[in-house]
Amino acid sequence: MNFYNEMYDANDGVRAHYKGYEDWLKATPPERIERKRAEADLAFHRVGITFAVYGEEAGKERLIPFDIIPRIIPSAEWKALQSGLRQRVKALNMFLHDVYHDQEILKAGKIPAEQVLNNAQYRPVMQGVDLPGQIYAHIAGVDIVRAGAGEFYVLEDNLRVPSGVSYMLEDRKMMMRLFPELFAKHKVAPVQHYPDMLLEKLRAVAPNGVSDPTVVVLTPGAYNSAYFEHTFLAQQMGVELVEGRDLFVKDEVVYMRTTQGPQRVDVIYRRIDDDFMDPLVFRPDSSLGVPGILKAYQAGNVTLANAVGTGVADDKSIYPYVPEMIRFYLGEEPKLNNVPTYMCRKQDDLAYVLDHLPELVVKEVHGAGGYGMLVGPASTKEQIEHFRQLLIAKPDGYIAQPTLALSNCPTFVEEGIAPRHLDLRPFVLSSGECVNMAPGGLTRVALTQGSLVVNSSQGGGTKDTWVLED
Amino acid sequence: MLSRTADHLFWMSRYIERAENLARLLDVTWQMSLVPQAEEVANQNWNAIIVLNSLEEAFSAKYSAVNGENVLKFMVSDADNFSSIYSCLRLARENAHAVRGTLTTEMWETLNGTWLETKGRSFDQIAAAGISDYFEWVKMRSSLSRGTTLGTLLQDEAYNFIRLGTLLERADNTARILDVKYHVLRTHEDEGATDFYEWGALLRSVSAFEVYRKVYRDVITPDRVAELLILNKDMPRSLHFCLNSVIKNLDLIANRQSGETARQAGLLHAQLHYGRIEDILEQGLHEWLVDFMDRIYLIGDGISKDFLVPMSEAA
Repeated sequence: MNFYNEMYDANDGVRAHYKGYEDWLKATPPERIERKRAEADLAFHRVGITFAVYGEEAGKERLIPFDIIPRIIPSAEWKALQSGLRQRVKALNMFLHDVYHDQEILKAGKIPAEQVLNNAQYRPVMQGVDLPGQIYAHIAGVDIVRAGAGEFYVLEDNLRVPSGVSYMLEDRKMMMRLFPELFAKHKVAPVQHYPDMLLEKLRAVAPNGVSDPTVVVLTPGAYNSAYFEHTFLAQQMGVELVEGRDLFVKDEVVYMRTTQGPQRVDVIYRRIDDDFMDPLVFRPDSSLGVPGILKAYQAGNVTLANAVGTGVADDKSIYPYVPEMIRFYLGEEPKLNNVPTYMCRKQDDLAYVLDHLPELVVKEVHGAGGYGMLVGPASTKEQIEHFRQLLIAKPDGYIAQPTLALSNCPTFVEEGIAPRHLDLRPFVLSSGECVNMAPGGLTRVALTQGSLVVNSSQGGGTKDTWVLED
Repeated sequence: MLSRTADHLFWMSRYIERAENLARLLDVTWQMSLVPQAEEVANQNWNAIIVLNSLEEAFSAKYSAVNGENVLKFMVSDADNFSSIYSCLRLARENAHAVRGTLTTEMWETLNGTWLETKGRSFDQIAAAGISDYFEWVKMRSSLSRGTTLGTLLQDEAYNFIRLGTLLERADNTARILDVKYHVLRTHEDEGATDFYEWGALLRSVSAFEVYRKVYRDVITPDRVAELLILNKDMPRSLHFCLNSVIKNLDLIANRQSGETARQAGLLHAQLHYGRIEDILEQGLHEWLVDFMDRIYLIGDGISKDFLVPMSEAA
């Protein structure tokens, strides 16, 4: 397979936007690079930028490997991506408002109604609930890959509790600390204002009539894999980081317990899944959430970001319909490509998928984080047969896509510098009409040779992402 | 500030201070054990540390004999002993981790760094490198934590809870060191030279040797040592100094229900402020110190109930 290389063109010439970096890399003594890489490792450890890995020893913390070769995006490419992301996230928010209100898109027959209404992620409790600015996915982490000859595809829309933005910010900080000279030579668009943007968005969606809202970040606690990010964002925004047990509801109003008594809370940036938010409504065994919070939410006394019930829009079984949403709500053609997707619940699609398993990627409809998927070309016969049985047993639980020839980028690995596959997760913020994002996003890189799975839970690393200004 | 956050800050600072004071106590005992003396006396000193922390049972479950090596092993790097320096540093770091967003980057990195460094060292490594160096290191890391707190943290409620934790813990620890050492030393007061070294070591354990010289310009006597550690208002590890800071910080964070705790602290402070060493010694130093430690405990408990445990939900 031929892969698009981010740094070099097909004739091994350096792409124009990487010229400055490549010159620097050639001119810099390897010992200095080695020293800087060690320095970065040490600094990440001391700062404690770690994440917990599920399934490993409880409470174990690991570093996410950081690569010092940045992923560089030229200005024009970013502008195109940005406008495509705006369009897409806007349509997704309109879709969410619609399916919890008049359901026009279902009536128009654009998406089979049962696909939406019977979806486990569809939350009937949200029907008829009006949200400030009609925004559901205030923070979206859209995963984008480059494939084939260099065209971009949206791999998935993460609209529940997308994480990773702290790595985007810390990677930049680290890069500037290690190699300030690079930033003097390149016009790299800054990203450090992201927490400000986020706070502004959160304040903008406060309940009606609240002029100076109290915003908090709600975390499942110190043992969550993304705990570092929760503390980081709360600190950067200057708001309290709370756990479920710090909050309580009285007369449909949410309060936090403080040393000076109860204090009202207006906006909650929650990093807890729907299922755990309110034991009175969702999972009764959840000790992470706040009993009664959904009532307060439905009464409009508190804003949750993201809203309850966004999962129905980023579900893999709904993903194939996003281009249709864009046409339906905005009357525009989609600017970003979807990956062609086989829906295994359709008989023809299933037959095709079963015939072509070794060349396809199969994903669980509700899966996330790189768990529960099959990458055909990289799998053994046994693994493929295992998935065949799964598919036959529960076809509507899976979708399949052609294996994309993900682009790669030179990356430091044990053997030296070698190409590794990567993706991009921009963080898109919405409030009312306004959709913003920090230039670039988080670049994740699969460090294992040939691997197409970039998730940090599967051993992926990160790169600083540069959007070059003209 | 969230009650839970305040609780973590309070305990974080208590554990840092406890680690430091433990290092001080172990160091002075170690130094004293180097002065020629009967083995029985030396082991009696080591045993006092176990008794002081009410760890007799836990200790005897793991070690058969009370001696320097075993006690050091148990109190320095035994992960099963929740009162060891190792455990204190771990708990300090865990509490900090839970509220790292409230701490400044420098504070967090100091605490995290202390833990990472201590975690990687076995007792044998510590002993081989010189146990006194390790105690010195623990004290320095504690100083560094205090320094970054003072130099970088906004002096709001978070700062007040950190100070409260530090000063209550220190008051308790100074009282303990004094209680155990004063008692041991008084019983063999006639031994001249030994005495000088031992009283000197005790003063050094609370960084008060030079201070003593400066304040009294005279030979070291037990009563003056007691006076310095209890009543001197300017000596940072004295009980009076600690209580000064406790009432000041309590006043700054006062809420609707903290009046009684503030009153108790004020009462205790008044005793130190207006007290005379002659009266204390007449009452019996041991009795007085035990009473003092009880009351410190009650003040800590009061702070916990007034501020740290989730407050009543009836707003």
